[in-house]
Amino acid sequence: MRTIGLLLCGWLLSASLAQAAIDPALLKPLASDDSDTKIAAITALAQAAPAEALPVLKALADDSLAVAGERLVVVDGDRVFDAATNAEIKPAPAAREAIGINNRVRRELAAALAALRLFSDERAVRWQAAQEVTLSADAKMLPLLDKALAAEADPEIRTRLQLAHAQASLGSADAEVRLAAVRTLGESSDPNVRQLLIPLTEKKGDNWVDPDSGVRAAAGTSIRSIEQRLAWADNLGRAFTGLSLGSILLLAALGLAITYGVMGVINMAHGELLMVGAYSAWAMQSVFRAYLPGSLDWYLLAAIPVGFLSAALVGILMERIVIRHLYGRPLETLLATWGISLFLMQAARTLFGAQNVEVANPVWMAGGIEVMPNLMLPWNRIIIVAFSIAVLVAMWAILNLSRLGMFVRAVTQNRAMAGCVGVPTGRIDTLAFGLGAGIAGLGGVALSQIANVGPAMGQGYIVDSFMVVVLGGVGQLAGAVWAALGLGVFTKFLEGWTGAVVAKIVVLVFIIIFIQKRPQGLFALKGRFVES
Amino acid sequence: MVRRNFMKTLSAVAVTAAFGLNSLSALAAETIKVGILHSLSGTMAISETALKETVLMAIDEINSKGGVLGKKLEPVVVDPASDWPLFAEKARQLLSKDKVAVTFGCWTSVSRKSVLPVYKELNGLLFYPVQYEGEELEYNVFYTGAAPNQQAIPAVEYLMSKDGGDAKRFVLLGTDYIYPRTTNKILRAFLKSKGVADADIMEEYTPFGHSDYQTIIAKIKKFSSEGKKTAVISTINGDSNVPFYKELGNAGIKATEVPVVAFSVGEEELRGVDTKPLVGHLASWNYFMSLKNVENEKFTKLYRAWAVKQKLPNAAKAVTNDPMEATYIGVYMWKQAVEKAKSTDVDKVIAAMAGQTFKAPSGFTIKMDEKNHHLHKPVFIGEIKADGQFNVVWKTPGPIRAQPWSPYIPGNDKKKDTPEGK
Repeated sequence: MRTIGLLLCGWLLSASLAQAAIDPALLKPLASDDSDTKIAAITALAQAAPAEALPVLKALADDSLAVAGERLVVVDGDRVFDAATNAEIKPAPAAREAIGINNRVRRELAAALAALRLFSDERAVRWQAAQEVTLSADAKMLPLLDKALAAEADPEIRTRLQLAHAQASLGSADAEVRLAAVRTLGESSDPNVRQLLIPLTEKKGDNWVDPDSGVRAAAGTSIRSIEQRLAWADNLGRAFTGLSLGSILLLAALGLAITYGVMGVINMAHGELLMVGAYSAWAMQSVFRAYLPGSLDWYLLAAIPVGFLSAALVGILMERIVIRHLYGRPLETLLATWGISLFLMQAARTLFGAQNVEVANPVWMAGGIEVMPNLMLPWNRIIIVAFSIAVLVAMWAILNLSRLGMFVRAVTQNRAMAGCVGVPTGRIDTLAFGLGAGIAGLGGVALSQIANVGPAMGQGYIVDSFMVVVLGGVGQLAGAVWAALGLGVFTKFLEGWTGAVVAKIVVLVFIIIFIQKRPQGLFALKGRFVES
Repeated sequence: MVRRNFMKTLSAVAVTAAFGLNSLSALAAETIKVGILHSLSGTMAISETALKETVLMAIDEINSKGGVLGKKLEPVVVDPASDWPLFAEKARQLLSKDKVAVTFGCWTSVSRKSVLPVYKELNGLLFYPVQYEGEELEYNVFYTGAAPNQQAIPAVEYLMSKDGGDAKRFVLLGTDYIYPRTTNKILRAFLKSKGVADADIMEEYTPFGHSDYQTIIAKIKKFSSEGKKTAVISTINGDSNVPFYKELGNAGIKATEVPVVAFSVGEEELRGVDTKPLVGHLASWNYFMSLKNVENEKFTKLYRAWAVKQKLPNAAKAVTNDPMEATYIGVYMWKQAVEKAKSTDVDKVIAAMAGQTFKAPSGFTIKMDEKNHHLHKPVFIGEIKADGQFNVVWKTPGPIRAQPWSPYIPGNDKKKDTPEGK
């Protein structure tokens, strides 16, 4: 918002230096209650005074244009400018009413603004405008597009504009022009373009909509090539959502893969360790908000170590106080950890309130990359996939390259023997449990970015986490990875087909059957240390 | 909590012991107990906690002006924890153990359905403050939220109008329970009556607390790119709305292309969301915080002060919304009815409720229908603004009467417009 304000301010300054005033009669209808009048006014203003109209229309789009008495004013924070002359009004009029717009006006406004910005000096602005113009290109816009094409030198923007131009000339009376347009549009990968082309290949009554058979054939070819690209993007999108869900399942389950998979502790409080991690993200956000508001966007980086350490601490306390007395007694462990989970949930309720807390996405995680017009990969998902890979690599390195990892593996494989050669098995148990809990905390930090953070949030993940670990095969990290990705992709594929409610049921049924047939999971431990 | 209750009981016992049995009845008669049955934890806490605060605020306001019939109101708050069977249990506790004169409570229809048998059996009185699917008319319940013809139908009509974007295809998206299913049944019948084909309607449901909306957003994108202008009608309830709107913003679905109109999302639910990418998406309600009138100014100021006084989380940014307004109206209408009946007896109060009026924060004088236990309410359609408030883009000229039995469901024309009473 602040950058927009600054931009606006800059615009206003440059405008006030170079430009003449706008006729107030042109501005007045912008304040009308009737959408038709407003739209007509926008068009008239954009045509009559293209250069001066831009800041006014932009203010209208940003809800900062207001009526003050007889004149229209642009409000920028505490300062108020006259919309017609762009001069600052001092003192700022107190009684002013913001002009509201609805979606229809907003759409027309976006088109008008895009048309004006096509002639901006900045490449980024023109590129954005060229994309927006494509959305609303029709025959009326041809002269404008011609003018923009003549002035444009950047090849990428030219390609965009040519697409818009082709789209606008589909209604031309000249078959040659239509043919060229249809061929150009074959390069597009926009589902809207396909919708424009489909009617050209259809019959209306007994007559073809397009009389020229060449155009019809070309339209058919173009539609097929667009559809191919769309189908490709669809599949890519599906694979990505599966990957994204898989990475979330993996983050939730990785910690459990150590505590349950490697150490054999059935930890029902695993979900609450995720919750501890998520609340640490919230706590860091609050700390940054209070003490470092300037770098609020980076609270998440600070939340990573805090989430790890606080969850690890809770895990270590759990192990020291309760779990270590219960090794080898899975039923008692299950009950005790379930009790701990209730205790932790209630503790969160008492400390932070029963309601969900708000964890905002940092600005760098909002939005996404538009791969194709019908495929947008959101940044938060991409970052979480990358984060889960990083956590996985770090965990693999700890288990396989560090001394602690070697001890953990030794204790898992043969506790008595490891003890005999001097491994402090008790301490290793504690550290391994703390490591698993800490990784659950990292999972919680990631979850705070996409799910709600509340005292009971862990409950939603405990079943999924156990599913992943059991399906992957107890005692195996690789198993957990494959199981998480497999479940993610499988669930997303099913969801697209049956809906979310049925997909959930089918996945559970599938896992029950799978475990019946193959109790050891996808990957079974081999060799002499397999449990008898 | 337990200890505090224990201490209370202990002191009550001590007082009784000291003053003898007579003083017990005197003590009990000094207050009128009012039950508050809203989820303060679980998936619905995001919406319902504010309603508990509203009832407490109204009670505090009434008490500071001398109470009702010379007696102070005493709130009894219970937490049914978004657990539907627990609602019935807590309702029974309120009615038989605490002997409340009236209950303000429930948000989801499944919770209301779960407590209904209890209120019927024990002849209790329930004020239900949320928009719902209709298809119900109970002697023991007053519905201060909207029926479908006071919210859903006008919203869809708006989407089909020129200003609403001439929508021709519709995605009906909801949480999987009775309110979204029934509302969508009504809307489907309504859309059909307007000539929308079945192929142009997509219906999708998600479980309570669902948090992964990627697939659904992708489906909406695909559905909307198949030609005609598309709009999404969302009956998603509870905290699932936060991930849904986050995903919607991230996926770049703009309101100018595919508007989403929601029936269970208000100012309170949007507090946890970055609303900048959501500008222009809609909600249909009978009240918005941004309405400009004297009553609303009083109401919002009152709630802000209350939030600060109670140290509610994020109190500086406390917002009011439609179900809170409906709750507030409910409390005051009940007070007026008790004063008219000169008794808190359930049957007498129910009789006195008919035709009660109240100057509501929506800016209109709202009336309780003489017959059907529903309010006459104005309808507003608002677009989300960047600051999380709503800009009203359409409204009815005045309050309209509720039709609990939607004419779009076959067989409803034979249903009676008055509840089966005693």
